[in-house]
Amino acid sequence: MTNWSLTEPSNTQKYVAGTLVAIYALVTLLPILWILSTGFKTPTDSIAYPPKLIFEPTLEGYVNLFTTQTRQTEEYLANNPPNNWYEQIVHDKGMVIAGPSRFGERFLNSVIIGFGSTFLSVFLGTLAAYAFSRYKVPLKDDLLFFILSTRMMPPIAVAIPIFLMFRTLGLSDTHAGMILLYTAVNLSLAVWLLKGFIDEIPIEYEEAALIDGYTRFQAFIKVVLPQATTGIASTAIFCLIFAWNEYAFAVLLTSGTAQTAPPFIPTIIGVGGQDWPAVAAGATLFLVPVMVFTILLRRHLLRGITFGAVRK
Amino acid sequence: MAEVELRNISKSFGRIDAVKDVSLTISDGDFIVLLGPTGAGKTTTLRLVSGLEHPDRGTVFIDGNDVSKTTPAMRNVAMVFQQYSLYPHMTVYENLAFPLRSPLLKTPESKIKEKISEIAEVLQISHKLNNRTTELSGGEMQRVSIGRALVRNPSIYLMDEPLSSLDAKLRADLRVELKHIQADLGATLLYVTHDQIEAMTMASKIGVLEEGRLVQVGPPREIYEDPVSLYVSGRLGLPRINTIPASIFPGAPIGATTLGLRSEHIELGTGLPANVIRLEHLGDQTQLHLEIEGHKIITLTDVHSQLQPDDIIHIQPKDPLYFDPSGNRVR
Repeated sequence: MTNWSLTEPSNTQKYVAGTLVAIYALVTLLPILWILSTGFKTPTDSIAYPPKLIFEPTLEGYVNLFTTQTRQTEEYLANNPPNNWYEQIVHDKGMVIAGPSRFGERFLNSVIIGFGSTFLSVFLGTLAAYAFSRYKVPLKDDLLFFILSTRMMPPIAVAIPIFLMFRTLGLSDTHAGMILLYTAVNLSLAVWLLKGFIDEIPIEYEEAALIDGYTRFQAFIKVVLPQATTGIASTAIFCLIFAWNEYAFAVLLTSGTAQTAPPFIPTIIGVGGQDWPAVAAGATLFLVPVMVFTILLRRHLLRGITFGAVRK
Repeated sequence: MAEVELRNISKSFGRIDAVKDVSLTISDGDFIVLLGPTGAGKTTTLRLVSGLEHPDRGTVFIDGNDVSKTTPAMRNVAMVFQQYSLYPHMTVYENLAFPLRSPLLKTPESKIKEKISEIAEVLQISHKLNNRTTELSGGEMQRVSIGRALVRNPSIYLMDEPLSSLDAKLRADLRVELKHIQADLGATLLYVTHDQIEAMTMASKIGVLEEGRLVQVGPPREIYEDPVSLYVSGRLGLPRINTIPASIFPGAPIGATTLGLRSEHIELGTGLPANVIRLEHLGDQTQLHLEIEGHKIITLTDVHSQLQPDDIIHIQPKDPLYFDPSGNRVR
């Protein structure tokens, strides 16, 4: 007798697979590690060659990210000693803090527009997907194809008409405009993904709920939605990632009030010297919300990706 | 419970006529079994009573009221589905409580608890109440699904092949249990099956459906002994009724072309010679395969029969059934 099995991988196989996964993870994580470490370097260290793997960490990049600064005379600096650690960092460079930078506002814009459009896409997408999945919709297949066809070209191909429409409608550089735009782009993905998930939920559950004394809408809320959470969560993640990272439209359509972080971060690079640590600090903070959101929904996402692959 | 009446109900899906002009009265306390092969319209009839489908023509009455255009919730019917349809995101208790918590019944929680523990006791699922439904075995799932119907006090219980996906032993157990429960509650039941044993043992009346038409309704014995057509005669009886040309044996009435022979209609030892093809020993019975003038016949014989293939045995019909060319009974 052997403990050899066709379906269960051997220890060697597991070991090899584990190593491969580890190498892959390292390769994909390397740029992120690079960004993370650059954020804690001084501008000089950040462009040193060969790159410094060991360096003295500083929060200078983060201070530069959140503040605007002006150079001052020795005399002024001597008369106005720093009050706290971040004024100290700036002081050491012979500068003083003139005020907060716009990073906070831009970041908040990203949060409002990203999560706002994600919520709207998933909300509308769920309703549309349910209708497509359950009801006799005239021209259903054509409508679904039409919805999908909006993804068949890069969204930026329609940038100019959208730019003109937004200007005429007064939507340029507004939160509502950007939420609307990202929702429009994401909705086709949301409808298709969610339709797939809802198709997988047998209609018998709703019929049982109808018999049990509920209306169609109550059955949708109490029976369909709880079973669709997996699909809704994974759809939400995909929508958020798109809206969060979108750059081209953000550059084109926003400049002030509604500008999101992606077009803003490169502008931090500064006047005169190239402030890579501040850019890296901005990029690092920019990663956090999507990461947290994905980790919170991770359990659903994993189930979502394998959903439908194996018959229950 | 209430009286349910279908009057001249028809329903088609696209070009397929699923149910054609069906009229049926289900009296209070009746256990009616709809019998027929796949596609005969059994499930559609059930769904028309439940309100999940609306008839194209005809009227559904519950307790004398026309409910043809109402939703399932307004009809107060309970249904057990073939595939259980237990809510997978809820526990067994929550599944059983679901109909009681509906806007239709709005039962107080204390009453729900009382009712559920009572039903769980009967169905022997008390120890599973806090389990997820996905953790149950097939038999347990079906008990819960029957329980979800039984917690209510509906006008009628509708059951769509509730036992068909269970193994043989469980099916037999639950069959007996279900009949008990129905008798205890005095419940009105409309039950769909293609299993003739379920039909024979549980029904107070059997309705036989043929391509959407209700061809005969009556007590099980009547359907078995006095079928109106060849089709109905073939729905009940094991081994299945044998059909041979009526001209083989003398004595056929005028107009009869087909002779229907159940095992008890065949007298062995006298009459015309038949070839023994083979014997199948099933333990409690022995099936005897014969051939007479090129027509195969299956009947029962003595369990300890010593017959061999190629033996000759004489057979003679005894009070058989006769049918005309279109399959109708000739008396």
